[in-house]
Amino acid sequence: MKVLMKGNEAVAEAAIRAGCRLYFAYPITPQSELIEYMAKMMPKVGGTFLQAESEVAAINMVYGAAGCGRRVMTSSSSPGISLKMEGISYIAGAKLPAVIVNVQRGGPGLGDIAPAQGDYFQATKGGGHGDYHCIVLAPSTVQEFADMASLAFDLADKYRNPAMILSDGLLGQMMEPVEFAEPKTQEEIDKLNEQHKAWMMQPNEDEPNHHHHEINSLEIDPEVLEKHVEGLLEVYKEIEKNELRWEEYNLSDDNEILCVAYGTASRIVKSAVDTLKAEGINVGLIRPITVWPYPYKAIADALHDKIKKVIVFEYNSGQMLEDVKLAVNGKREVEFLGKVGGIVFTPEEAKAKIEENL
Amino acid sequence: MQVIAKRPESLTKLNFTYCPGCTHGIAHRLIAEAIDELGLRNQMMGVAPVGCSVFAYKFFNCDMAEAAHGRAPAVATGMKRARPDMHVFTYQGDGDLAAIGTAEIIHAANRGEKISVFFVNNAIYGMTGGQMAPTTLPGMKTSTSPYGRDAQDIGYPIQVCELLNSLNAPYYIERVSLLSAPDVMKAKKAVTKAMTYNKENRGFTFVEFVSTCPTNWGMTAVDSLQWAKDNMLPTFKLGMFRDRGAEGGDK
Repeated sequence: MKVLMKGNEAVAEAAIRAGCRLYFAYPITPQSELIEYMAKMMPKVGGTFLQAESEVAAINMVYGAAGCGRRVMTSSSSPGISLKMEGISYIAGAKLPAVIVNVQRGGPGLGDIAPAQGDYFQATKGGGHGDYHCIVLAPSTVQEFADMASLAFDLADKYRNPAMILSDGLLGQMMEPVEFAEPKTQEEIDKLNEQHKAWMMQPNEDEPNHHHHEINSLEIDPEVLEKHVEGLLEVYKEIEKNELRWEEYNLSDDNEILCVAYGTASRIVKSAVDTLKAEGINVGLIRPITVWPYPYKAIADALHDKIKKVIVFEYNSGQMLEDVKLAVNGKREVEFLGKVGGIVFTPEEAKAKIEENL
Repeated sequence: MQVIAKRPESLTKLNFTYCPGCTHGIAHRLIAEAIDELGLRNQMMGVAPVGCSVFAYKFFNCDMAEAAHGRAPAVATGMKRARPDMHVFTYQGDGDLAAIGTAEIIHAANRGEKISVFFVNNAIYGMTGGQMAPTTLPGMKTSTSPYGRDAQDIGYPIQVCELLNSLNAPYYIERVSLLSAPDVMKAKKAVTKAMTYNKENRGFTFVEFVSTCPTNWGMTAVDSLQWAKDNMLPTFKLGMFRDRGAEGGDK
């Protein structure tokens, strides 16, 4: 059964159904419906909702709960995500599974509360200090936003790595029909917790000689830290091998233009692609669904002989643009339509950008 | 042969990394003894700070998390909320708890998190080489207050017990010292009381240890004990600030 819901509420409901029983966050627009939904619903499932004193505290509460092997989530919007970056670096360093939702708004600084994609670099290239990556998922519909809650937890658990859902204010605020998965039973949730038994903090009265478990990102000896980080890099390679996701839209042998857009921006580009198709012009679109790992090869493989140009569309000054250029590797010209300040381009603007490059 | 003293089970076999004469070792031992005596080792999780005691996660023989600087009360909150059936403590120094982690300690205390916080106050940043702490005394010279702490410029030392005592939720707050054998015995009682309340899930418990830093104070261990008695205790007055578990409740 489908229900009409805001993206912010849908992702919260989906997280609870995926077995999240601990949620720590601090209010910020445009993600407030998410924290409010959790405040209302977590007590009903016997879970923990805690409004922290800051985003810094919230992400560190996530660190503590994740260290106990539990499915735990936090959410915020751009300025708050910046504050969480310290904790996310520690979570990655300590190899903890956790889910972070970013409902992006305009920046830099306090910026505004309109939808934007200006946190792409922060999300995909690290964000906090040190060599690490979050798994980053970019939803384009409310349904996909909800589905990614479960996916983000599964990937975080599988790789013992933080996973971020990189959404925006448009998706957080808009209402669309959404269908939810069946909620996990307590038995299933207990089983999920058990999967981390080898490393999580789990004092146990029945095991008097229980091995001392440490949740930690500190290795003072450089040779030891080198090995630790190399271990993380091995995991990242596995993630790059197994978890690339993207959507191909209207790709065909007669495309002369390849568009690349992610998140809600991709939906505006799809409108332009559809209108052009009705006019007899076929242009293709690749929509990265994972933005880390990034589907470089999918873009490179789509560059058949007829494709003359690649156009990137983002609500920023050209951040994913750099990844597309890496994928294209100088083989085609790469054009860009970007909007900053929380401004969203229109389907007409996207169409005009494509037409001027035909 | 009768064993009259031994290493507590709740300490690992690693040697401490603390300087000679430092009181961290005593504080560690008191906490570990209390965990042992209350039979809590297999229900206990601890959080280590950033500072001289950054390796505390290697020294306490229970499950431990190493927190970012100042964030131990938030990390402990996540742990206790994830495992309300278990018991959680943090171990923090003055820079960690009273400077960078001020928000975290005040709000954990204000929520009445059912954790114990052990606070080592030696009025200086030890690990980074003797910089000014939020608890550095007026006039006291450190590497970042080379002309002495000027209270008109940088303010007065923060009295954490007094600050936390202005909140409603905390269950137990006491300041003790590690400056003499009788003081250590009193400190042990305070630690045991905090851990007992922790075991009973009564609420937020806080013990401050007035401590020394012979290395960065540039004194012998013995001189630093006397210096702390003469100079720290007038500002950091020892005593019980609150004991909701005692007859009559608040003191």
